Amino acid sequence: MHKTRNFFLTVIGLIWAIIVLSPFYLVVVNSSKKAVDITLNPFALPDGLGQFAENLSNVIGNPNFSFYSSLTWSALVTVVTLTLLILLSSMAAWVLCRNKTWWSSMLFMMFIATMIIPFQAVMLPLLTVFRTIQEITGIQMLQSFWGLIFAYMGFGAPLTIFVLHGFIKNIPFELEQSASIDGCSPAGTFFRIIFPLLRPVQVTLLILNGIWIWNDFLLPLIMLGLSGRVKTLPVAVQSLYGTYIRQWDLILTAAFLAMIPAVTLFIFAQKYIIKGMVEGAIKG
Amino acid sequence: MGVEGKNIQRDITSALFLLPMVIAFLFTILIPFAVGVFYTFTDWTGLRYTEIVGLQNYATIFRQNDYVYSLIITVVFTLLSMLLVNVASFALALLCTSDIRVNNFCRASFFMPNMIGGLVLGYVWQFVFNQALTPFVFEKTMLSDPNLALFAIVIVFTWQYAGYIMMIYITGLQTIPEAIIEASGIDGASAARTLFKVKIPLIANTFTVCVFLTLVNSFKIFDLNFALTSGAPARIVGGRPVSSTEFLALNIYQTSIGRNLFALGQAKAVIFFILLAAVALTQVWISKKSEVEL
Repeated sequence: MHKTRNFFLTVIGLIWAIIVLSPFYLVVVNSSKKAVDITLNPFALPDGLGQFAENLSNVIGNPNFSFYSSLTWSALVTVVTLTLLILLSSMAAWVLCRNKTWWSSMLFMMFIATMIIPFQAVMLPLLTVFRTIQEITGIQMLQSFWGLIFAYMGFGAPLTIFVLHGFIKNIPFELEQSASIDGCSPAGTFFRIIFPLLRPVQVTLLILNGIWIWNDFLLPLIMLGLSGRVKTLPVAVQSLYGTYIRQWDLILTAAFLAMIPAVTLFIFAQKYIIKGMVEGAIKG
Repeated sequence: MGVEGKNIQRDITSALFLLPMVIAFLFTILIPFAVGVFYTFTDWTGLRYTEIVGLQNYATIFRQNDYVYSLIITVVFTLLSMLLVNVASFALALLCTSDIRVNNFCRASFFMPNMIGGLVLGYVWQFVFNQALTPFVFEKTMLSDPNLALFAIVIVFTWQYAGYIMMIYITGLQTIPEAIIEASGIDGASAARTLFKVKIPLIANTFTVCVFLTLVNSFKIFDLNFALTSGAPARIVGGRPVSSTEFLALNIYQTSIGRNLFALGQAKAVIFFILLAAVALTQVWISKKSEVEL
C-alpha cells in the first residue's frame, strides 16, 4: 500500500517536473536550428551543433544584443549594487536599531511604510528628479552606470534595512558595551563586532536582491533606454526582440544566452538560493 | 576622552552611517513619490507643468474606459492566479514532503523558473503558445482570443510562481511536529482527515502569507504581461477597442511612456498605489486579528 502510493507520487512528481522543464527544453533544442526547421518541428532534436554555432555568432555579434557587453554591464551592476547596498544598509540598520531617539524610529518607520509603494508610482517622477539632479550638479544620472546603481540602492533600501534591523535587534547589546568600555570607537565596534555577526542574514539579502537586480527590466529600460551605451541583459533581449520580431532562431538563442548564468548558478547553489528567497519572502 | 567627547564621536558616526542610504532613499522613493502625487493635479508632460488642473486627470481616467477595464481584468487575473497558484503549490508541497526518492529533484525543477526574469520567460512562452502548441496541439493559438489570452498569462504565472510559493508551504509543513501527525494516525485519522483537521489548521499563518504574496505579486505583474501579450488582442468594449490583456501596470506604462500622457499615467499610478496599500493594510489587519485569537 505504502509502496504503490509512493510509486504513484513519484510518477506524478516526475511528469510534473517534465512539464515544468519543457519550455527550457524547447529553448535549448530550437536555439540549434534554422528558422525553417523550427517552424517545421519545434519538438525535434537538432541535426547537429553546427547551426547552434552559427546562431550563436549571429546573436552574440548582433549590435542590438551585444552579448558580451550587456553580460558585463549586468554583472557589474549586480555586483557593485549588492556590495554597496549590503554594506551601507548594514551600517544604517545598526544606527537605526541602536539609536533610541524619536527621529531614528521615525526614519525607520518611513523606510518600512514605503515598502508598499509600487515601482509604477515613482518611476515617472524619478526620471524628472534624476534629470534635475543632472542639471544642477552635472552628475550624469540617466543613461549612466552609477545612476542606475544609485537607483537600485534606493529601491533596495527598505526591505534590506528592515531585514537587517530585525536581525541586529537580537544581538545582545552587552557585546557592544564591553567593546566600548575596552576603548573601541563606535565605528570600530560596528566593523569588528557587529558586521561579522551579520553574515547569515547578509547572504539571504545578497541572494534576494541579486536575483531581483539581475532579472529586473523596467528600471533599466526607462533609465538606460534600448539603444544606450550601458545596457543590461534583459534590456538587450528586449532590444533584439524589438528589431527581429518573431525571428525565433535569433530570439531563442538570445533567451538561451540570457538564461545560462542564472541557471548555472542555481544548479550549483540551489540550497542557498531557495533558502534565501524563501526567508526573504517571509520576512518581507 | 570624556563622556561628552564620546557622545559627539557617536553622533558623527551615526550620521555618517545613515547618510548614504538615506540620500538614496530620499531621491529614488520619497521625493519622486511626493512630487509624483503633486504632478497628478497638473498638466505635467514628463518634463514640465504649466498649470494646476485640479482633479481633471482623475476625471479623465474614469471617463475613458481603458483603465476601468484594465482594473477589472487585473482583479480577475489576480483572483484566478491566487487560487491556482495556491492550490498547485500546496499540492506540490505535499508531494515534495512525502518520502519519495525524487523529491529533491522535483523541488529544484519546480523552483527553477523563478531564476529567470519575466521578460525572457514571456518571450519563451510566446514561442510555446504560438509556434509549438499551435499548430501541433491546438488549431488556434490561445494568445489570439481575449479570454484565452488572459488565461494563458494565468498559466505561465502559475508555472513560474507555484514553485516559489511551494517552498514557503514546505517550510510551513516542516514546522509541524512529527509527534502530532503520528498521534493523529494512531487515533485512527485517515490521511485526508489528518490533512484537513491537523496540518492545514496548524499552518494557517503560512496560508495567509502565501495568499497575500500571490495577491500582491499578480496584481503588480508587468514583465510577463509586457513580453507575452503586450495587451493584445484587442476587444471592443462600449463601442471602443481596448487592449484585452493590458493589466494595470502595463496600462500605466503604455499611457505614460507609450502615449506620452505623463500626468494621466501618474494619476493612474497613484490609484494603483492606493489599491495596493488597501490590500497590504488588510493583510496587516488579518494577521493582527489571528495573533489575538492565538
